[in-house]
Amino acid sequence: MAINTPKQTSHLKREILVRLIKAFLSDNFTENTRLIPFDMRPKGSEVPYRCCIHKERAILKDRTVAGLGMAIEDVEDSTLLSTLAEKALERTEPEVNPLTVLTTACKGCVPARIYVTDLCQGCVARPCVNTCKFGAISVINGKSVIDPAKCKNCGMCAQVCPYQAITKIIVPCENACPVGAIAKDEDGHAQIDFEKCISCGKCVSACPFGAVHEKSQIIDVLRNIKAGKKVVAMLAPAIMGQLPCTPAQLRKAILDLGFADVVEVAQGADVTTKTEAAEFEERLLHGAEFMTTSCCAGYNELVDKHIPDMKPFRSNTQTPLYYTAEIVKKAHPDAVTVFFSPCVAKRKEAMKNPNVDYVLNYEELGAWFIAVGTQVDKCESSEFEVQASKEGRNYAVTGGVAKAVQTLLPEDLPTYPVVINGLDKQSIRDLKKYAKNGVCELGNLIEVMACPGGCLGGNATVNSYKAALKQLTGYVESSETIKDQVEH
Amino acid sequence: MMMEKKISVKVCLGTTCFVMGSANLQELIDTVPAKYGDKVEVSGVPCLGLCSIDWEFSKAPYVKVDDDVIKEATVEKVLKAIDAKLNK
Repeated sequence: MAINTPKQTSHLKREILVRLIKAFLSDNFTENTRLIPFDMRPKGSEVPYRCCIHKERAILKDRTVAGLGMAIEDVEDSTLLSTLAEKALERTEPEVNPLTVLTTACKGCVPARIYVTDLCQGCVARPCVNTCKFGAISVINGKSVIDPAKCKNCGMCAQVCPYQAITKIIVPCENACPVGAIAKDEDGHAQIDFEKCISCGKCVSACPFGAVHEKSQIIDVLRNIKAGKKVVAMLAPAIMGQLPCTPAQLRKAILDLGFADVVEVAQGADVTTKTEAAEFEERLLHGAEFMTTSCCAGYNELVDKHIPDMKPFRSNTQTPLYYTAEIVKKAHPDAVTVFFSPCVAKRKEAMKNPNVDYVLNYEELGAWFIAVGTQVDKCESSEFEVQASKEGRNYAVTGGVAKAVQTLLPEDLPTYPVVINGLDKQSIRDLKKYAKNGVCELGNLIEVMACPGGCLGGNATVNSYKAALKQLTGYVESSETIKDQVEH
Repeated sequence: MMMEKKISVKVCLGTTCFVMGSANLQELIDTVPAKYGDKVEVSGVPCLGLCSIDWEFSKAPYVKVDDDVIKEATVEKVLKAIDAKLNK
């Protein structure tokens, strides 16, 4: 399973974020923002990816627009980045849809279709011609040829070709999207249908041109800190595997960025675990066939938008972020809360929750450290005031949520955990089936994670999966079990 | 027979390099000894200080193979550099 494969596009996106943060912290934010594409591709510099330096700069400009938190689609080419930077300073809340597509970068893909390669031998059996239900294939000059007007892209011919000479050309974003929410329009540009989109972030990771961007809220967070607001950071459990330092060093490093307090969302996860365990027991006593978890924002959007039949089976327990933000806002009503997220889906959840003001991902946090020259492994330690449990800290790993809930269930309760490790077309079909039939033959406590591997596999993580898992597991193992909290 | 000097590979795990991509070079620490045995010594090291020179963070991650600095290092680039040294 390849999670978090290294990509040159991530390097580009992160470099822009660093430059944007440096620009904000400089004495001339707007002008230095305007200069980002020119600083990255100065006169006479190499042109690594595109046809010429001008296109490189144009695309870097669009990427900067996303860094400023705006929709690239809505911005006129003639508008200067300096003007947009000024506008970014004026907005009071983030834009609704969390993703934006850089269409100039996305022209490189050809539309998805079935294609006969040169390997076609023009054989006598011609299974492709005979299998095609639409009469789309004929043999011309000894080779099979597909009539695009008739072809329905079913792929049957590719399956039967004895030479494997027929292939399906895919559009990576379309192929990665589990709900058919992204597709190329007539002009060949990918467009996201936000009515369907579940914000899982798979298109962000899949696009080899890095054309799908998260709209960053980094400027909003920087502005609030600069204005002297009491900004509180809430760290999702996955963050503890992301950077080369201890959790206590990370806390200090984030405090030093100007945050008033830094709390673990694993603290809220402990509330989720207790509430969800009680709910599960209650449901089973009332004869429920199964229950799914409800902590993954991508899964929650999937249920709301595509599997309404699942709603009665989904736990009513709130997410760890929900409880954490509630705790923070209760203690500090004047706080501006920032959630540090491994994925784009949580941006949507945050928008629906008035207690969560902003979301930053780990790429943005990493870029911030680079911009100010923080060496996290050189930071002093600052312990979290509230220590979360081992189980809460392990929410970021696939299977971790179900395991946490199970820890608090009575041993004689017939509990059979099932783990959906990543949403794709197949797992969504399975979930639809469970919802429709009202039963899941594999078990009764279904944990759903939109990303393979859990939150550590989120689209905006920076560490490789294996290393992140090792680091996080070390932290988990050194923590106290939630059972102690319940007994006290 | 004279003992050959080991090739030293240092993967910078400073914060800048880590975020810009050396997180994904950590696998070298396992794969290089498996491939080259004791001819190559590989380790993850704290910040080499290369990123703080002017604006050179954009060329991170850095890896040092003996005294040669590899900019924007990838697993492939590092292995190529090791091979080049071994075949000299």
